[in-house]
This record gives sequence, C-alpha cells and structure tokens, in this order.
Amino acid sequence: MSIDIDTARKVAKLARIRVEEPDLPALAGELSGILTFMEQLNEVDVTGVEPMTSVTPMRLKRRADVVTDGNIQAQILANAPDAREGFFAVPKVVE
Amino acid sequence: MLDLTYTAPTPKVISGAKHDWELVIGMEIHAQVSSNAKLFSGASTAFGAEPNSNVAFVDAAMPGMLPVINEFCVEQAVRTGLGLKAVINLTSAFDRKNYFYPDLPQGYQISQLYHPIVGEGEVLVEMGPGVARRVRIERIHLEQDAGKSIHDMDPTLSFVDFNRTGVALMEIVSRPDIRGPEEAAAYVTKLRQILRYLGTCDGNMQNGNLRADVNVSVCRPGQYEKYQQTQDFSHLGTRCEIKNMNSMRFIQQAIEYEARRQIAILEDGGEVVQETRLYDPDKGETRSMRSKEEAHDYRYFPDPDLLPLEIEQAWVDHIRETMPELPDAKKARFMGDFGLTDYDANVLTAELDAAAFFEAVAQGRDGKQAANWVINELFGRLNKEGKSIAESPVTTAQLGGVLDLIAKGDISGKMAKDLFEILWTDGGDPAEIAAARGMKQVTDTGAIEAAVDEIIAANPAQVEKAKQNPKLAGWFTGQVLKATGGKANPAVVNELVAKKLGL
Repeated sequence: MSIDIDTARKVAKLARIRVEEPDLPALAGELSGILTFMEQLNEVDVTGVEPMTSVTPMRLKRRADVVTDGNIQAQILANAPDAREGFFAVPKVVE
Repeated sequence: MLDLTYTAPTPKVISGAKHDWELVIGMEIHAQVSSNAKLFSGASTAFGAEPNSNVAFVDAAMPGMLPVINEFCVEQAVRTGLGLKAVINLTSAFDRKNYFYPDLPQGYQISQLYHPIVGEGEVLVEMGPGVARRVRIERIHLEQDAGKSIHDMDPTLSFVDFNRTGVALMEIVSRPDIRGPEEAAAYVTKLRQILRYLGTCDGNMQNGNLRADVNVSVCRPGQYEKYQQTQDFSHLGTRCEIKNMNSMRFIQQAIEYEARRQIAILEDGGEVVQETRLYDPDKGETRSMRSKEEAHDYRYFPDPDLLPLEIEQAWVDHIRETMPELPDAKKARFMGDFGLTDYDANVLTAELDAAAFFEAVAQGRDGKQAANWVINELFGRLNKEGKSIAESPVTTAQLGGVLDLIAKGDISGKMAKDLFEILWTDGGDPAEIAAARGMKQVTDTGAIEAAVDEIIAANPAQVEKAKQNPKLAGWFTGQVLKATGGKANPAVVNELVAKKLGL
C-alpha cells in the first residue's frame, strides 16, 4: 500500500501537525516505506499463534476504587496559556 | 415465579405525502459508571466540585503519566452485562479513538472498539400489559468520558473543566430493533431502571450521567421484516445519528422530526445522506454537525499503555451470585406473590426504594390492599408535596399498622385515611392514636342493631319504599352511619339493615 500526497496531507491535518506543501512528497514516500515494511511482515504465517502483548507474561495492573488523587487545581492549570476562575480558557469553540 | 409472555408491539407508521413509512431505530446509551474514582486515575468522580479540582495528572494527560484501571469500574461493567443477560468477554482490550477537542486533553479517548468487555444481550421493553419489544444489545464497552466546555462565560473564550475527564462510561449499543419514538423512550426508561437496580449508574439525565445517541432511518412497510430475516442492512434506509440527548422528551421529538425530514427527502426523489446531527430543542429540529465530519476519521489503534483486560470466570460467577433482583423478576414476583395487577406491579417496581417500601408494608398482609395504600395514599401525598419515598414521613411500620387496624375491622376506610393524615403530620403509633382519638368502628351488633331499629321505627314510609325497591336500603345504612358518628362498621350495618327490612 502506498500513501499518496493527498493522504499524507489528510493524516497531517488529522494529527494537527503542520506540514508545508513542498515537504509532502517526501513525507508520503516515508510513510509508504513504513507500510511496505509492515506488509513484508504480513508474509509470515502466524496461524495459531497468540498475539504477544508483553515480553513477559503480565496481568493488567488494577487499582482499588479509592480516591487517592486530585485537589491540585493550581498544578493542573500551571502550564495553561490562559486560565480563569479555575477553568482552562481557550478560543471559543461552539458547535 | 409467574411466567410472563409478551407479544411484540406494532411499529409506528408515518404517512408521507405518497406512502406509508416505518421507522428503524438503534441507540447508543452512554451511562456514567457509579464509582468513587475515575476509570484510569485516582481522582474523584463527584459531580459539582470546583472546576479542575477532581483532576489527576493522568486525566490532564501530562507527559509520562500512565493509566491504571479501576477494578471496580470493570466489575460494574460486568454486572451491567449480566443484568442485560449478555455474554461477558473474559478478554477485552482498550483502543485509542483519536480526535482533537479542547475537553479531551489526551487527544484520544481510551475506548474498546475491537474487543468490548460485554457482548450480546437483550432488554425487554414493555409497551403495555402483555406487549413488549425485545431489544437486542450488540455490545457494551468501557471508555473514558470527556471534560466539559462552557461557552457562555466569555464572549470570545470557552472555559474548560476536566472534572469529568476520565470518568468511566459504559456505552451500551443496541441493535436497530426499536420501531418508534415511544419505544425509544421506553427503552431508555427500562435501561435506566435496570442500571439503577444494579447500582451501576445513577441514571441522572439532568447531570448528563445518562445520554443517548439515536440512529434513525425510515423504510417502506415490509422492508424491516426482510432485514430481521437476513440481518442484511441493505433492506433498510440510510441512517442519521442524532447525538447526545439527555431527555426522554427530546429523544422522542428528535426521532419524530428526523423521520419526517428523511421521508420528505425520499418522497421528493432525493437521497438521505448518512451524517451526524444535533437536536435543537428550541427550534424542535435536527441539524447537521458538518464540523465533525472530517473528525470522524478516528484512526483507532490498540492503546499501547494498557495490556489486554483478562478477567476470570470465577470472578464473573461471584458477581453473578451477588446480583440484586432485577425489575422483570420483581414485577413477576409481585404479581405472583401479592396478586397485583400488571399496572400496579409496574408502578411499584419502577424505583427500587418504592418496591422495598411496598414489600415491607405488604409482608404478611393483603398485598392488593397494601398496593392501593402505597400507590394511592402514600405516592399521591408524596407527589403533592414533591417528596421522594426516602423522605416519607410515614414509615412502613406505621402504614402497616394502619392496614392491620383495617384488617381487624377496628377502623373504617374513612378512619384509616384520617389516621394516615395524622401519622403524616404528627407521627406516632397508629394503634395508640386510634385508641386515644376514639377511632374505632362499632362492630358490636347489639349497639348497631339498636340504631337500626330506631331509624326503621322513625321512618315507616321509607321502609315501605325500600321493601318495593331494595336499592333504597342504602339510605338506611347512611342514616345509621350518621347516627353512630361514622363509627359503625358499614358491612355490619348493611347486613343488619337487609335483615331487619326482610330483604
């Protein structure tokens, strides 16, 4: 599967990464290269092989339903470009 | 247990300008999981806190923070699945649903697209006595809720609060088995009732804890049956999704409007475009959410921060063993054990608190009478004063006491109502109050007989009339009750009057 310039432009937009028009062909080429490599992996017959989700057998770590965090409003807002009355303030987004 | 059987309701038919049309509706219900902490962080889920105070670094998507799953949220999803008679998947997995929005700091929602925790189940949606729609559940998956944006605090800015960010949601996806606006509302009502019985979601729609996305399409009569036979969607029309509704009334209005909009397009020779729409309750119409179209490319992929969720059958079995009695079973039991009507059983099982109250009153007493008193007197009074059953000034023991006095024949129905009123305002012990206030109907035949004789002797003309027309005997009963100050047992008086008049 190869990625054309339009697809590269769309993926960049969806990922909110600005890519200048002249850079798109090279980017599309790199993405195509990655996909070609993945396709090569598809040639391996994995019938009956369980997907490996971790290197050593591990169980998903769980937490008890206890409130152990929060009440750090100042720290949460510390990096915000703009915060008012405890809220993040962002350019207006209305549906 | 009483086995209730149902027939399916007839689908709603809308007459267009040219033909008749039927509706096909599927729903996605987002139900906020009742838990103390969030799905992947230790921050509180409490509603109404200071903005951004119930937020951990994980929720704010600070670099390097990793999600750790809340086991109780998983348990709640499993419990919900069991409550909907659904398949529980012992292995499920989390995926990232990628999109940008200010209230989603991660830039993706952790959800379960490919391997949901709960598979196929069903909900029985009653539309009347003996009539019910069986709505199939396709799946339930666990996912994170987003934050909240407030747009009316500043003319140029939106204010964002992450308190809700990361709270666990269950998305309950139905098959397109719902056939009209009323059925849709009834489905949400039933689902909400089950969730509340299970304690897995408080169902508070006003706070947005239960929200519905509705998929609506229309088709000509007969097409839907073809779909059901083949499960081939090509027999159905193109659907539109109406997003994010949190009121039963709006759900119905939106479906009605959307169906008519689609019918108008089709009868005009046009084609319905599959899209996401919003319902505007002020205008009573749905409109396209064009801005979201491109964002619909969610680029799902497995979340690399989370291993697959493996649960053990023994754990699922343990949850199953601790399941509460569900609405359908409770209703059948109330009808079977207490002889209640379908209607009364529905009213009494709508809310768990009310059902428990009724059951405490009905235990060891006449179930039908207990139902009448709980529904008519208690609920009537609670509604009038805007109180919930938990706030009832009359306890189950007090109401039970009133019923016992009636059963013993100590007090009349009228006295019982007066006594209920006293208990409501002043409280106290029913038997003691009845004794203190002289509320005792006379069942002593001797005393009543004397009163009957007196009335008969004083009204010879009426006696003659009553002998011609036995219906007039009621007049004598009324006079005797009046003469005894309402304390005579009406049943005893009736009997004596009939006997003395030789009827």
